[in-house]
Amino acid sequence: MTEAPLISSTPVFTPPQTEDPTLLKEVASRTAGISNLEMCIQCGTCGGSCPSAADMDHTPRRLFALLRAGMREEALKSNTPWICVSCYHCVVRCPQNIHIPDVMYTLKDMAVQAKLVQDSTAPDFSQTFVDMVEEYGRSFEMGLASRHYMKHFPLRLANMMPMGMGMLARKRMNLAPTRIKNMKQLKAILKRAKELEAKQ
Amino acid sequence: MSDYILYPGCSMEASARAYYDSLKAISKPLGLNLREIEDWNCCGATEYLSVSKTPAYALIARNLALASNQANETHSVVAPCSACYLNLAKADYYMREQPKLGKTVNEALAAGNLHYVPGSLDIRHLLDVIVYDIGLDSVEKKVVQPLTGLRVVPYLGCMVPRPDYDHHWSDHEFPVELDFLLKVLGADVVDYPLKTECCGGHMPQISPSTAFEMLRRLISTADERDGDVMVTICPMCQLNIDGYQGEMNQFFGTNYHMPILFFTQLMGLAFGIEPKELGFGLELVSARNVLDTLGVKAPPETPPAPPRRPRKPEGLPMPTPLTKPQIEALKKEVVK
Amino acid sequence: MTDNIENTSPSDAQEKIGVYVCHCGTNIAGVVDVVQVANWAAQSLKHRGVVIAREYKFMCSSPGQDLIEKDIKELGLNRVIVAACSPHLHEKTFRTACANAGLNPYLCEMVSIREQVSWVHTDKVAATEKAKAAISGGVERVRHHVPLQPIIVPINPATLIVGGGIAGIQSALEIADAGFHVYLVEREPSIGGHMAQFDKTFPTLDCSACILTPKMNSVGTHPNITLLTWSEVEKVDGYVGNFSVTVRKKARKVDEELCTGCGICQEKCPKKVIDNVFEAGLGYRKAIYTPSPQSVPNRPVIDVPNCTYYEKGTCKACDIFCAPKAIRFDQEDQILTLNVGNIILATGYELFDARRIPNYGYGRLPNVFTSLEIERLTNAAGPTNGNVVMRDGKTTPKTVGIIHCVGSRDKNYNNYCSVICCMQSLKFAHLVHERTGAQVYNFYIDIRAAFKDYDEFYQRVLDEGTMFVRGKVAEVTDVPRNENERGKLIIQVEDTLVGKQRRIPVDMVILSAGLEPRKDSKEVAKTFGISCSVNGWFIEKHPKLDPIATMTEGIFIAGCAQGPKDIPASVAQGAAAAARVLGRIEQKEMALEPVRASVIEEKCSGCRICNGLCPFNAITFHEDRMVTEINPALCQGCGTCVAACPAGAITGTGFSNDQIMAQIEGLLMMNIEPEAVTA
Repeated sequence: MTEAPLISSTPVFTPPQTEDPTLLKEVASRTAGISNLEMCIQCGTCGGSCPSAADMDHTPRRLFALLRAGMREEALKSNTPWICVSCYHCVVRCPQNIHIPDVMYTLKDMAVQAKLVQDSTAPDFSQTFVDMVEEYGRSFEMGLASRHYMKHFPLRLANMMPMGMGMLARKRMNLAPTRIKNMKQLKAILKRAKELEAKQ
Repeated sequence: MSDYILYPGCSMEASARAYYDSLKAISKPLGLNLREIEDWNCCGATEYLSVSKTPAYALIARNLALASNQANETHSVVAPCSACYLNLAKADYYMREQPKLGKTVNEALAAGNLHYVPGSLDIRHLLDVIVYDIGLDSVEKKVVQPLTGLRVVPYLGCMVPRPDYDHHWSDHEFPVELDFLLKVLGADVVDYPLKTECCGGHMPQISPSTAFEMLRRLISTADERDGDVMVTICPMCQLNIDGYQGEMNQFFGTNYHMPILFFTQLMGLAFGIEPKELGFGLELVSARNVLDTLGVKAPPETPPAPPRRPRKPEGLPMPTPLTKPQIEALKKEVVK
Repeated sequence: MTDNIENTSPSDAQEKIGVYVCHCGTNIAGVVDVVQVANWAAQSLKHRGVVIAREYKFMCSSPGQDLIEKDIKELGLNRVIVAACSPHLHEKTFRTACANAGLNPYLCEMVSIREQVSWVHTDKVAATEKAKAAISGGVERVRHHVPLQPIIVPINPATLIVGGGIAGIQSALEIADAGFHVYLVEREPSIGGHMAQFDKTFPTLDCSACILTPKMNSVGTHPNITLLTWSEVEKVDGYVGNFSVTVRKKARKVDEELCTGCGICQEKCPKKVIDNVFEAGLGYRKAIYTPSPQSVPNRPVIDVPNCTYYEKGTCKACDIFCAPKAIRFDQEDQILTLNVGNIILATGYELFDARRIPNYGYGRLPNVFTSLEIERLTNAAGPTNGNVVMRDGKTTPKTVGIIHCVGSRDKNYNNYCSVICCMQSLKFAHLVHERTGAQVYNFYIDIRAAFKDYDEFYQRVLDEGTMFVRGKVAEVTDVPRNENERGKLIIQVEDTLVGKQRRIPVDMVILSAGLEPRKDSKEVAKTFGISCSVNGWFIEKHPKLDPIATMTEGIFIAGCAQGPKDIPASVAQGAAAAARVLGRIEQKEMALEPVRASVIEEKCSGCRICNGLCPFNAITFHEDRMVTEINPALCQGCGTCVAACPAGAITGTGFSNDQIMAQIEGLLMMNIEPEAVTA
């Protein structure tokens, strides 16, 4: 990573990363449940099991090695957590019972906060989904789909048309959102939850 | 009657309407009494967990707290959607495993005058309830139209058999519950080794090529093994395989036609319930072949989608005219 | 540094107690302020009989012991408290020191301030206070001690060995060669154990049968060995030196004296049965069989559930052809009673059932094999005459994947390393390549080739062109993703050295399954009055310093029953156990700890609550008098019955109710402030 490209108009210099020995602990402590992250023996069961590993820049195992090495920036820049599909194959096979998807959720949160996300598609999708839920208390697929596809996949719209039309024609997508009755209560809960999260 | 608290989840009212319709239709013959959680909210799917921990768990736990307020003789909450099932089970389990999380989440719930005691509810998936509580014998007794000759591919997806915090399932990767149920209905059950592989989840929205490859593996293997129809227990799996099959075919230049139904729809058919009541026809990849194989009269075709019109990328496909309740709902939005 | 803190003022107690506080280097002194503790003991326990308190760097050292001996002689101490490590380690040391100085050794009491204090606390102030409380308890207790004498028992020179695998065989031969009698009990029809099933042994690749069968024959013909195969131990009574063991000799349905081992019965028997034991399910045997041609004894057994005669009442093919007329269809089980002085348990292991990992496909995908199946496939005397072929029985594989750590080092199955699998997998890599020319892949997490000539064997296998992929295999599937994979088994794994997921198509998969304790190890342990670890392996007396004895006197363990190990280690442990037994036999008698429970008959209500609790089978109930009695030689003084007795009718020598209550009172005399203890 520190090598400059052979042909470059401006010299590139990436200073060596400083290692952050607290990183692993930080990730483990921010993860829900008992993550067992520090128990990783680097066997690769996760990376072998992952159905979407081909599209990851680091396998989960290597990502955990980066965390252990304290390479914060490289770890948080990784697309791995965003490619994770939460299929839990790695979880049930992991010989050390590491709660891998939950660690991935933590890393996504940390990457967004550290502004190190390299591709905004997935975080935007999650945020849009969350916005809808915080507004209505329910998910709203129509709103989500229109906002998301418009921004990130305008070129796919033509291919998506038959599906979208079909879904609408069969009333499998509602045009208007459903709102829960006690939105006030939910908002109060989420407000308190966010305050508590910020304190942690 | 067996009493359960029902957490339907958002998709049951939209993309997985067929699941909800068929569940309602088979509840009576099965003696299932389902009471919906009053004013439940979205479970947050995997998205909220990716954004912020405490709010995500508080969102899920509001449902648990509401359900425990409603619990009287029964403490079982049944969720037909696998993501909902997993989120409820996960919140319950992690709040137990990590008391600090339980305490924080309850502090948040207190802002809405709610409280949840971790472990006080029994979180179950619908298939689990049907197979283990109602029992295959009772199901078999209700079968009037066996699914003879129908080659059914059992497909559970990931989030129900895994991680299975409270050990409800026979296996994490090759569970047999759905196979046994389909056999009882008289179907010819295909040995499908990918039965708990991932459908791609939200990947069609994030990284389409990743998603299409995952769908291709599932659909081509089902096709190679001579399946007539895939049967699932998960709204997300159904949506991806049904909804994105066309786009996947375009992507790979293939021509698969593999319908996918909810297991409750096939149960309803076997119980002799009208296909229309069971949400047949709501699938995009038509499952007409299923009805033809069984000699059941198909419901009238869904009206063809309106013709495609060129439009600017600002709008999604032209919607069908609004229904009355939808208009009213919209009005309320405006008033607020 | 030694402080002499001698009390000159007279105490109000009659006992003269010395308190010795050990630093144990920094093990104790790093957390507990030992100087303060010693000073405190000298000052504050004066009125309770403490006449001297000292601290020293290593009490267990010779100078440390000398301190105690000197004080006993010079100050006339009549009680000694050593506050140091657990009595498991050094009780004997300090008791001996006391005895050397003329004090009855049972008037010495150890207080554990290492295992129970310094090793489990970080707060120095609180730990120091806790150490004082522990010593206070010990002082009160030791005041109630009385002099005791050890119990002397004679040693019966005969030995029972349970399990006829390589470890048991080694023990039996060592003892028998030394001139003492051995009873060797084996559950299967022949001795030999797992080693008899193997083709080659790592790392030298010498033929397993060639090196094992001479030993098996020696056992079979040894005048000092009574071989009881097809037999199981049902009950163990008695105690070290004088065990009385009940053995069920299962009916062979063959008269062993008359039978000549000619084998015609096996040839003529019309009933073929899948051999799930010796052939690991890959081959067949008859309903009358010996496991292999090299069986010892070379006498067949009739497999009653599978025999046509027992099912239909006709057939008798074996009987018709047997020249010496040795078939006995009406033979019944025999119950034997053996009197022995010592017992060696060498009951071995079982193979991990690979079906428990469904993603590896064993039992679902035909060409996935277990390690034991491959042992039989490579064995020239095996079902394929040593040809390595796929499940169809004829096709030679072109590519073979060997998966390490199957069921081992995995919290979902067994969290321990099975020790032998790495070397076994390397052996398979060599054998499969040698026999088939196939390209072999080994999938490993770590290569553990730690002993003599092992790593050299790894080098050899590397040199032969075996591919090594570092990664725990995620799954084995028959679902292809492209045409290259069609018709193959695909091994999906992260190659962790590359950091990429790989899918490697192969014809055959070998699962190097781990070792597990015998399914009935817990019951066997109970029968013999020993204990099992959570995993089910028998627990040795000390993991480093006594891996051969158990906590029960006279019962020794050897081989894989104690934990996974390879053949050299099993042989070494078998020989070591024999040496220990021989040492005992030569002594002719031994002294037993007098720490024993006894029943006060007047108080016993005959409720029998204690009867089932004794882990050493020391309790008998007298129906006639309706009272319970405890056999003092069998009792190990564990105290379970003492605690359980609702009438308080059982008391333990060395652990009497008075002593225990006094110790508790002593502990409670120290008012440790709650704030000082927390955190």
